Amino acid sequence: MKISRKDFLRVSGLSCFSLAFRKLAGAVTGTRWGMAIDTAKCLTKPDCTKCITACNQAHNIPVIPDPRHQVRWIWKEPFAHAFREQIDEFSALRAAPAMVLCNHCDDPPCVRVCPTQATFKRDDGIVAMDYHRCIGCRYCMAACPYGSRSFNWEDPRPYIHQATQDFPTRTKGVVEKCNFCSERLAVGKPPACVEICPEKALVFGNLANPQSEIRQLLASRRHMRRKPELGTRPQVFYIV
Amino acid sequence: MRDRPVIYSGLLIFVAFLTLPVWHNLFARVTAKGPAPVLPAVQKQCVAPLAYMKSSHMNLLFQWRDQVVRQGSRDFTAFDGRHYTMSLTKTCLNQCHGAKADFCDRCHNYTAVSLPCWDCHQDSKPLLRNTRKTGPPAPLDIAGSGPSWRRGQTRPFALLRSAR
Repeated sequence: MKISRKDFLRVSGLSCFSLAFRKLAGAVTGTRWGMAIDTAKCLTKPDCTKCITACNQAHNIPVIPDPRHQVRWIWKEPFAHAFREQIDEFSALRAAPAMVLCNHCDDPPCVRVCPTQATFKRDDGIVAMDYHRCIGCRYCMAACPYGSRSFNWEDPRPYIHQATQDFPTRTKGVVEKCNFCSERLAVGKPPACVEICPEKALVFGNLANPQSEIRQLLASRRHMRRKPELGTRPQVFYIV
Repeated sequence: MRDRPVIYSGLLIFVAFLTLPVWHNLFARVTAKGPAPVLPAVQKQCVAPLAYMKSSHMNLLFQWRDQVVRQGSRDFTAFDGRHYTMSLTKTCLNQCHGAKADFCDRCHNYTAVSLPCWDCHQDSKPLLRNTRKTGPPAPLDIAGSGPSWRRGQTRPFALLRSAR
């Protein structure tokens, strides 16, 4: 097929225009999921682990007693550990528990290093995993500065209590992590941890919308992110 | 002709060896019967025409996988206009085919094509609740789980760990 110079220019111009239009439309109507964790509210119930249990239940996460083989999507960490360089030695926050999970970074290092693109960033900002593609090289675990990923050292099924059919299990030899409950978001439900929290300490919402609850909260309260100096731009915020 | 017994017994052994596959199949009760998968009782029409499903169901499932995981869309419009949720356990098994042992496994065992699907995706019946917290791994209900290439094998270091 022969294409004239005029046609070529016409087609390439049109493609550039449609690409720019899509980008613009995405910026206006886009979704950027994020989470805010109210530390003070979380502190009112120090022994509460409801969010962890709800997450385990929703995603068939195995409860493995051996700490070297544990699989965790959301868990409790002392503030001094989670914010090593940001909390000074006299701060009252040091001993407070912080719920930590995958930060769904804006610039996720795990995505950059994955050799099979099993980990990828969705348009709505969720750092998702395709377990079909994971080859278990654990490069992402080395890249993640937050330790948010777990490896299945053994078959997880014997350690799953009350399995749900709404979510598959994983198999031996794959890495897994929090998926911001993308399967629940798809049917219009909030993440399981957010829904179950009795203190409403976890707030989930669209960061791209200035009118959303999470944006209002972040605009009015002092907050911090984990390891901001690394430039990964976490989308999980801690209100202090 | 004093070698006659040796020659005949040698011949007999040779013929027996030559016809070994026949004897093996006779004793193992191998028949010419097909795999005979159990067809769904309620539904009469699959998400695609029968001929396509027979030859290319794996391609359809791969498409579903990529759609759900990569694009995040779960709705599938079939050739006849009906809508389905793309889910192996909830749609294919629960709504139609029942247990995988009655359908998938029949042909796959027959043709000796092993499936990694069920290492993660669940069968229509829920996973048996396991009460193992500590101690050696033993329960029977792991028989159907685990990577297919590892099934039935003792886990490495299992004995070491229980001894500690």
